[in-house]
Amino acid sequence: MFYRESGQFKTSYRADQAIFTIPQDRIFFALFMLMAYVGVPLIASDYLYTALIIPFLCLSLAALGLNILTGYCGQLSLGTGAFMGVGAVSAWNLAYRIPDLNILVVFILAGLITAAVGMFFGLPSMRIKGFYLAVATLAAQFFLPWLFVKWGWLTNHNSSGVITAPQLELFGWVINTPMEKYLFALSIVALLALAAKNLVRSNPGRQWMAIRDMDIAAEIIGIRPMVAKLSAFAVSSFYVGVAGALYLFVYLGSTEPDGFNINLSFQTLFMIIIGGLGSILGSFLGAFFILLLPIFLTRVPPMLGFEFSTALVSHLEFMVFGALIVFFLIVEPHGLARLWQIAKEKLRIWPFPY
Amino acid sequence: MMFFLEVLIGGLMAGVMYSLVALGFVLIFKASGVFNFAQGAMVLFAGLFFVGFMELGVPLLLSLLLTAAVMVLLAGVIERLVLRHLVNQEGIILFMATIGVSFFLDGFGQTIWGSNVRQLDVGIPTDPILLFDGDILIQSFDLYAALVAGVLLAILVVFQKTRIGRALRAVADDHQAAQSVGIPLNVIWVIVWSIAGLVALVAGVMWGSKLGVQPAIVSLALKALPVLILGGFTSVPGAIVGGLIIGAGEKLAEVYIGPLFGGGIENWFAYVLALGFLLIRPQGLFGERIIERV
Repeated sequence: MFYRESGQFKTSYRADQAIFTIPQDRIFFALFMLMAYVGVPLIASDYLYTALIIPFLCLSLAALGLNILTGYCGQLSLGTGAFMGVGAVSAWNLAYRIPDLNILVVFILAGLITAAVGMFFGLPSMRIKGFYLAVATLAAQFFLPWLFVKWGWLTNHNSSGVITAPQLELFGWVINTPMEKYLFALSIVALLALAAKNLVRSNPGRQWMAIRDMDIAAEIIGIRPMVAKLSAFAVSSFYVGVAGALYLFVYLGSTEPDGFNINLSFQTLFMIIIGGLGSILGSFLGAFFILLLPIFLTRVPPMLGFEFSTALVSHLEFMVFGALIVFFLIVEPHGLARLWQIAKEKLRIWPFPY
Repeated sequence: MMFFLEVLIGGLMAGVMYSLVALGFVLIFKASGVFNFAQGAMVLFAGLFFVGFMELGVPLLLSLLLTAAVMVLLAGVIERLVLRHLVNQEGIILFMATIGVSFFLDGFGQTIWGSNVRQLDVGIPTDPILLFDGDILIQSFDLYAALVAGVLLAILVVFQKTRIGRALRAVADDHQAAQSVGIPLNVIWVIVWSIAGLVALVAGVMWGSKLGVQPAIVSLALKALPVLILGGFTSVPGAIVGGLIIGAGEKLAEVYIGPLFGGGIENWFAYVLALGFLLIRPQGLFGERIIERV
C-alpha cells in the first residue's frame, strides 16, 4: 500500500545508480540508522551490548569480508578465524609498541597487514579452486595460530600468551562503557559496509563476480584472474583483519591468540551461507541469526518446561546449524537476504496480486 | 639411524590411520563428484554407535553388524534428504552442504551417546614389538591397523571389478551416459555412501581403539584432506600412499625440524606440505589430470 514506486521516475544516471532507488527504502534506511545511533543506546542494557550487539557488529564485519571472497569471488576460505587472529594480534602489537598511534590508524594498519597475509595464502588460488583452495586455506588456519603461540615476540613474551587490549581512545574521547564501544564499532562497521557496497557495485566487484560465475570465460573477456582473485583476497582479508582487531579491542578485551580457531572460521562461513552468499545485507542478517540462535536455544526450552544440560544444548546447536545449512542450500541458496528481497517484492504489489 | 627408522615406521603407521579416513573421501568423490567433508564426522558417528552398542552389552560381531546397518540407513537418509535435492548444483555448493551434514552428524551422535571419551577394546593387542635386538620399537596395534587398511584396500580393488563396481565407475565417468544405459543413479549414490559409511566404521573402530571414541576424532580426521591432495582425489591407492607420506613426513618433521621452531609443528605441517604440493601438481600424485572446458 505504502511501498509503491508508481509515479517515481528516474531522470538521471545518478538516480538510476543510487544504492536505494526508491524513496521509501531511503526513509526506511535512514530511520534504521537513526534507530541504531539513537534508539539502541536509549534502550539497550549493558548485557545486551556485550552478549549480542557488539559481537554481532564484529562478526558481521568478518562475515562481510568472507562474503566478498566467497560470495562475490567464489573462492571458498576456511581460514577466516586465523585471519581475524592476524588482525587482532597485529593491532595489539601496533597499539602496544607505538602507544601514541591513533586507534583508527592502528585498525587500518592491522587490516593492511592482514590483507598482505591473506594475499600470500591466496596465492594457490592462481592454480586451484573450489575445495582444493579450501584445504589450502586450512593450512593458514592451522599454521597462523601456532605462530601466534610460538613466536613469543608477538605476545611480548607473556608467559600465558594472553594479549589484553589497551584503553580505547579516539581524539580525546575515552571509550569505556559498552555503549561507547558500541557506537565506535557501529561507526566503523557502517563506514566499511558502505565502502563494500560501493566496491561490489563497481568495476572490481563485477570482475569478482565474473570470476565466480565462470573463471575461464571471464579470462577470455579480458579480466585478469590473478588481479581479480588476489584483490578479492586482499580486500576480504582487510575486512576480516579489521573485524579481528575490533573483536579483540571492543568485544573480548583480552584473549589467547589460539582462540582464533577453526570454529570461528566455520561460524563465519555459516553466517554467509544462511545470510546469503553474494549479499552485503546477507552478511549482517546471517551474523545476527547465528548469534541469536544459541541464545534462543539456551533461553526458550526452559521457558517451555524442558531442562537441557549445557552439553546437550551445544550438541543441539550443532545439529540445528548443520540442518539449517543444508536446508538453506537446498531451499534458498541466496539465504535470508533473498527472503528479504522476496518480501519486498510481494509488498510492492500488496494488496493486489498483480 | 635406528632412531630415524623408528620414527619413520611410527609415522608410516600413523599415516595408515589417515589413509583409512581418506579412503572414504576418495570413494565418494570418484563416484559422485561430491567432496564429502562429513567423512570425519561419519567416522565419529560410526565409532559412537559401535561403542554405544558394545556398552549396552551387545556382542562384538552383532554390534558391528548393527552399526553397519545404521551407516547404510544413514547413507539412504543423506541421499534422500540432501543429495537428491542438490543434483546438478555446483561442486562448491555440495561441499558446503556436506559441511552442514558434518555438523549435524557431530551433534546428533553426541546428543544420543554423550561426549565423554569412551574406551573401545575390540581385542586388538597393543603390546610393543621390538625389532633389531630391541633397537626399534613398534606398536603391534599399528601393525594390525596396517593389516586392516591392506585388507580394506584389497576388498575395494576387487570390488571395482564387480558388476556394481563397474556401474560406480560408469557413474563417476559421466552421469548422463550412465543413466541412459540404465544405471539407476539414486541407487548407486546410496551404495557409494553406504560403502563410505562402512569404511568410516572401520576407521572409527581403529581410531576408537587407539585414542578412545571422542569428538576430537573429527578434527583429527581433517588431516585426511592433505592426504587427498597429495594422493589425488580420484585414486584409491593414492589415498594410501598419500597417507603414508603425510604420516611419515609430519613425524619426521616434528622430530628433526620441530625443535628449531619450538615444536608442535605436527598440527600444521601436513597442511603446509599439501599447500606446497598443490602449487606444483594440483591433481596430486595419482589423480586424473584436471581438464577444464568452458
